[in-house]
Amino acid sequence: MFKGMKHIKLYIFRKIASRVKQKSRLQFVIINLPFAWCLLFFLLPTLLVLKISLAKCCMGLPPFSSLIQQTDLYFYNCCIYIGNYFALLTDSFYFSVVASSVFIAGCSTVICLVIGYAMAYEISRAPKRLHIILILLVVLPFATSFLVRVYSWMSLLNTHGIINALLQKMHIIKLPLHLLDNNYAVCLGIVYCYLPFMVLPIYAALEKIDTSYIEASFDLGASKWNSFWWITFPLSMPGVLAGCSLVFVPALGEFVIPELLGGSRTMTVGQTIWCEFFNNRDWPLACAIAVFMMFSFIFYVFLSKFIKNSSSATHVDRF
Amino acid sequence: MPLPSMKRNIEPWQDPTAEPYIQIESISKKYAFVEAVRNVSLSIYKGELFSLLGGSGCGKSSLLRVLAGFEKPTSGRIIIDSIDITNLPPYERPVNMMFQSYALFPHMTVYQNIAFGLKQESLLKNVIHDRVMESLDLIQLSSYAERMPNELSGGQKQRVALARSLVKRPKLLLLDEPMTALDKRLREQTQFELVNIQERVGITFILVTHDQEEAMTMSTRMAIMEEGRIRQIGAPHDIYEFPNSRFVAEFIGSMNIFDGVVVEDEYDHVLIDSPEANCLIYATHVGATPVGSNVSVAIRPEKVMMSQTPPAGSRNCTKGIVREIAYLGDISIYYVELSSGIRVQSSLPNLLRLSERNVTWDDEVYLFWRAENGILLTA
Repeated sequence: MFKGMKHIKLYIFRKIASRVKQKSRLQFVIINLPFAWCLLFFLLPTLLVLKISLAKCCMGLPPFSSLIQQTDLYFYNCCIYIGNYFALLTDSFYFSVVASSVFIAGCSTVICLVIGYAMAYEISRAPKRLHIILILLVVLPFATSFLVRVYSWMSLLNTHGIINALLQKMHIIKLPLHLLDNNYAVCLGIVYCYLPFMVLPIYAALEKIDTSYIEASFDLGASKWNSFWWITFPLSMPGVLAGCSLVFVPALGEFVIPELLGGSRTMTVGQTIWCEFFNNRDWPLACAIAVFMMFSFIFYVFLSKFIKNSSSATHVDRF
Repeated sequence: MPLPSMKRNIEPWQDPTAEPYIQIESISKKYAFVEAVRNVSLSIYKGELFSLLGGSGCGKSSLLRVLAGFEKPTSGRIIIDSIDITNLPPYERPVNMMFQSYALFPHMTVYQNIAFGLKQESLLKNVIHDRVMESLDLIQLSSYAERMPNELSGGQKQRVALARSLVKRPKLLLLDEPMTALDKRLREQTQFELVNIQERVGITFILVTHDQEEAMTMSTRMAIMEEGRIRQIGAPHDIYEFPNSRFVAEFIGSMNIFDGVVVEDEYDHVLIDSPEANCLIYATHVGATPVGSNVSVAIRPEKVMMSQTPPAGSRNCTKGIVREIAYLGDISIYYVELSSGIRVQSSLPNLLRLSERNVTWDDEVYLFWRAENGILLTA
């Protein structure tokens, strides 16, 4: 009797196991296909960049020394040149480039956050049937090319551009203002281009907040501002964090906007990489900057994750 | 919380000299297409636990939201403790509400949730701490102060929500379906707990519910609402024993109702000829019921007695055939079909075991009731 039961149990177990196996095979394919894609077209090129960053710049084609050099018939040397990284860390020029990039990206993110939050807040409070239209209006600029939109800012901000012409016509100014070719113009361009990336996640987060929380805070005596600051804002934090990352990260590596609106006075990481790559033909140094930025990001992500984990583990009062 | 030192006046609404604490004066609330609350007036006394009872869409929740200040009434006034609060925003009213979903702030601990309302009054930190701990003590969750709301069970959440709304010591506490999210056993237990807490803190409660058992168990008085109007106000036993209309009679508990015509209208009784009941019904007087007017007589199933032999006297007595028997454990409900075709419910306590019962399906039985147990309904 007992043995029979055991057999049945074993049979059922095997049946389930085979089911699981079938399912897991499909899972395996689904998970690994994009993974293989990333491996081939992302990880491999990244490794190549890493490899080039450890080479020495030289004349010729390709314009860098090879990693593995043959010195004798049977003797190969693996040559790693760390001069590029050394230059990055010692030359104050690169430090100032990174600093100004971080500053521009940071300022743009903060401005985006303020404007984007206000927009998202008002959209989420608008009548329900208007939501889709308002959201559509936010993303509508994406219908035109990114480059065209940045170019049109050039024609707006030019010394002979529309804004200056208008101000001169209205006799507010005599001489045209230098609106283009400075950090403000770059900030403006970034804020304009990346605003939807801030609005959408914040809107999604605000939309999810149950109105009864807001009502409860009013009921407990919170004024409109207190209710916003202590309830709505903290509850929309996931959206704020997502929006800030979506703006800050691409803004930091942005090349087109500073190139077109910043002129020669601003130097961002993106521009420097371009400059080293095409003007100086110093591929290894350009790659070293790219690798450096990438590892800074990875470090930042791990750091923020670590902070988040430790704060949620101890219920630290963040707000 | 301090115990109210004065002896509780059990039924202040019976006392003509008592001043109502909360006066709701002909409140109406119209939305774009519906009139949710129609000319509702209520006087509620200090320390009452008043229930608004009604089906869904009867306007009870709208009335509650008007009281809390989330909705502006279209007309009418609300006076609490002789202060007109009709035009005050919710954050300036001496009113707190316990939400149906509890609405505990998910990013704050239990302690911070309860302290939130006190922080808005910019009280001193140690005062806030004392009052939060006091109310945590009241709901017996002192050791849960640092928990997050998602780490609590349904019953615990409900108690925290109660503590959060009580800690500000409001003049009026509104409870929106406070028990709906709890399972039956917990609900029954919580009902008494809530009443005990209410008696200890001495705050006036208005409770909205669709559960009549809940309203009957907990409230001092209740109002039955239908389509934005109040149909009857009274203590639970008054409403159960003396419903003023057919609607209320059918809404609260189960009821047998016979339509009929008044054939005799004397100073001490009325005689009604009811073809439905197939007999003459002898009932006590209410208001004006001239001979020939159409009335209804309502009798509670537990007041309908049943026997297999004819009782003495022929009034208030009819006979029928047992069609269904619902066995509920403590009582059984017999569905008896009269010759007119209508079914009458009679509930009897199961004093004997099921197998020893002598009445069974398809038996012919006599049904009778005492004259004072028949409720004469003119509306």
